[in-house]
Amino acid sequence: MNKIPFNYIWRNLLTRKLTTALTAGGMALVVFVFTAVLMLDAGLKATMVATGRPDNVMVIRAASETEVQSSIDNAQMSVLETLPHIALDDTGKPMFSRECLVLYSLVKKDTGVATNVTIRGTGDMGLALRPQVQLQTGRLFKPGSSEIIVGTNLAKEFKGVEIGQTLAFARRDWLVVGIFDAGKTAFSSEVWGDAEQLKQAFRRPVYSSLIFQLDAPGNFDTLKNRVADDRRLTVELKPETQFYADQSKFLAGFISVLGLTLSVIFSIGAIIGAMITMYAAVASRTAEIGTLRAIGFRRTNILIAFLAESLLLSLLGGIAGLAAASGMQAVSISTMNWQTFAELAFAFKLSPQIALASLLFALTMGFLGGVLPAWRAARLNIVTAVRSA
Amino acid sequence: MFELILRFAVRNPLRHKLRSVLTLTGIVVAILAFGLLGTIVSAWYAGVNAASDKRLVTRNSISLTFSMPLAYADRIRAIEGVTDLSWENWFGGIYKEPSNFFPQFAVEPESFFRLVPEFRVKPDELQAFMRDRRGAIVGRKLARRFGWQIGDVIPLKGTIFAGDYEFVLRGIYDGARASTDENQFFLRWDYLNEKIKQLFPGSENQVGIFLIGIADGREAATVSQRVDANFRNSLAETLTETEKAFQLSFVAMTGTIVKAIQIVSCVIIFIIMAVMANTMAMAARERSSEYATLKALGFRPWVVGALVYAESIAVALSAGGIGILLTGPAARVVGGKLDNIFPVFGVAPETIQLQWAAALLIGLVAALIPARQAMRVKIIEGLRQAG
Repeated sequence: MNKIPFNYIWRNLLTRKLTTALTAGGMALVVFVFTAVLMLDAGLKATMVATGRPDNVMVIRAASETEVQSSIDNAQMSVLETLPHIALDDTGKPMFSRECLVLYSLVKKDTGVATNVTIRGTGDMGLALRPQVQLQTGRLFKPGSSEIIVGTNLAKEFKGVEIGQTLAFARRDWLVVGIFDAGKTAFSSEVWGDAEQLKQAFRRPVYSSLIFQLDAPGNFDTLKNRVADDRRLTVELKPETQFYADQSKFLAGFISVLGLTLSVIFSIGAIIGAMITMYAAVASRTAEIGTLRAIGFRRTNILIAFLAESLLLSLLGGIAGLAAASGMQAVSISTMNWQTFAELAFAFKLSPQIALASLLFALTMGFLGGVLPAWRAARLNIVTAVRSA
Repeated sequence: MFELILRFAVRNPLRHKLRSVLTLTGIVVAILAFGLLGTIVSAWYAGVNAASDKRLVTRNSISLTFSMPLAYADRIRAIEGVTDLSWENWFGGIYKEPSNFFPQFAVEPESFFRLVPEFRVKPDELQAFMRDRRGAIVGRKLARRFGWQIGDVIPLKGTIFAGDYEFVLRGIYDGARASTDENQFFLRWDYLNEKIKQLFPGSENQVGIFLIGIADGREAATVSQRVDANFRNSLAETLTETEKAFQLSFVAMTGTIVKAIQIVSCVIIFIIMAVMANTMAMAARERSSEYATLKALGFRPWVVGALVYAESIAVALSAGGIGILLTGPAARVVGGKLDNIFPVFGVAPETIQLQWAAALLIGLVAALIPARQAMRVKIIEGLRQAG
């Protein structure tokens, strides 16, 4: 006789259904918030990582931080285009794309508010450099025309961007001819058109950025040093993946700091809930505990039994919270990224690590809530405990 | 009768001190968190609430990142209903580290502080600002954050207008109200324009937004329409709206986050409702023999139910009171940490009202099921338990 049967622990939770449900329910809500925050953070990062490709290099003006703020004049552009280590495609053409970015305000379908979206001027090579961008319906814009294609997230969330509709800006009507799917990337929240046309229409004498593919991943540092040494160039080179990761740093930081602070504050409530439940369990079972001790169970057995009950309770809450949070995977969030000042859509993303972290978080709450009551149960005096019946 | 209920409400929670203290603590934390989240949401709207209804903002209709030619200034001044005009550009410089972010605007020095009287600058400091092309005026809070004194040289690295800039602090403004943003940095538009002329010839004489003064807030719509009609079919079409609507458009862009915070602040109330309901369910279960006794003595069932409600509400409201008392100091601590994100961070009276309402709601909902059970206690069964 060395262990209190698990059945005893489990049954105790079952006998008082209302209390068990309320306590586990409170914990489930806390775990839900905790998991949702981690999922949101993971989703944002996944979106930004998927947007960039490791072998692509983004060139923007030094100290400009975002593509919209950046400008690269034609003189620098021609120097950049002759850099070594730019990959060639099948036909022997160097794989680089001069791009021009502007922000345009569009009206959201569900809220009716105007928010900034990115219009990217690019070309054939821009599409070739980003194989994750695939045309879903319609066709691509014709080079040299006032035609545009829109990302799936935009098409879903915004008014006036269906195929055949036109956007009026810069004194022209721009015809939407296609919708492209860029998966879970920032491109899905963009409008794409012909770079030359957009530049002319917006009277921009310069491009915003240059994107090119490296011939071999190892050559980035050589190239970076070469650009830094070139007095004609005042630009900054970044691997595309890092460029996009940097762009969401502030938003990601904000989400995780706010979310985790809240989870910790909320967990205090849930821990107190577990404590109340467990103290009550100990109080109402004092005679039982005395009997168990009298028939030979040791203090540690009692301690473990009550702690296990609390852990089981929190595990119930944790699983319920996790299950509810996993339902959030179907939801996607669309908000303004402060750094780029443009709309960005991203989804909740659940991973095994997050699930594990959430359950551990729940068990920690259960442990903290259960340890003091279990301690009290273990320290009960046999004689007084039995007599209390 | 009511005296009896009241006495029960005060005495009953004291019978189980540990449980009551735990429950109380839980509700205090919840009400505190609820209040802080409400304060964060109202801080989000601080710019909207501080906006004047006697000012309009004109921007390029494409988006805020596009500018308008300076020549528009004379045309706007000539429009009927426009009493005053100023203009500004977003500067977007970095002070040492990007994390030191604060908003910087290049403003037309002569008219700006006249049009925005809530930024109070001492006359001699304003004079000094007008005399020095490299002059700058900053908010009191911002000056305190970086320990700037008048006469200090402040280096900024331009991100939009690339280059290194040095400004001389000539004045510190105070907000007219507690809700005025004291975290801004103003430099001179004419100085920036001069620099742009040197650095990026051809890009000078561009204005980010025009600030229009009108005599009467009721004229806002008509004046806005007149301004926009004036520039229709031009290269830079304009969008004119009240300052409030302009500020609100910023909040709306991050509306999802505000919504998420509001949802989460309701979640905490649900969590604590579950905890409190559990406490009350336990209390009622333990006291079923007492309730049976009361009934046997001839008290009606509603009295028994009222006892449970009174106890629950008493605990919830006293915890709510403590939570509300703590919200003020807590908001000061949190506000100090989030200074650069939320320049204005104060607990609004509406937030406190909501906190009381939430506390009352917790008390009421938590007593719902236990009170019903107490009312239904059968005298015989209840008394038998006591035996």
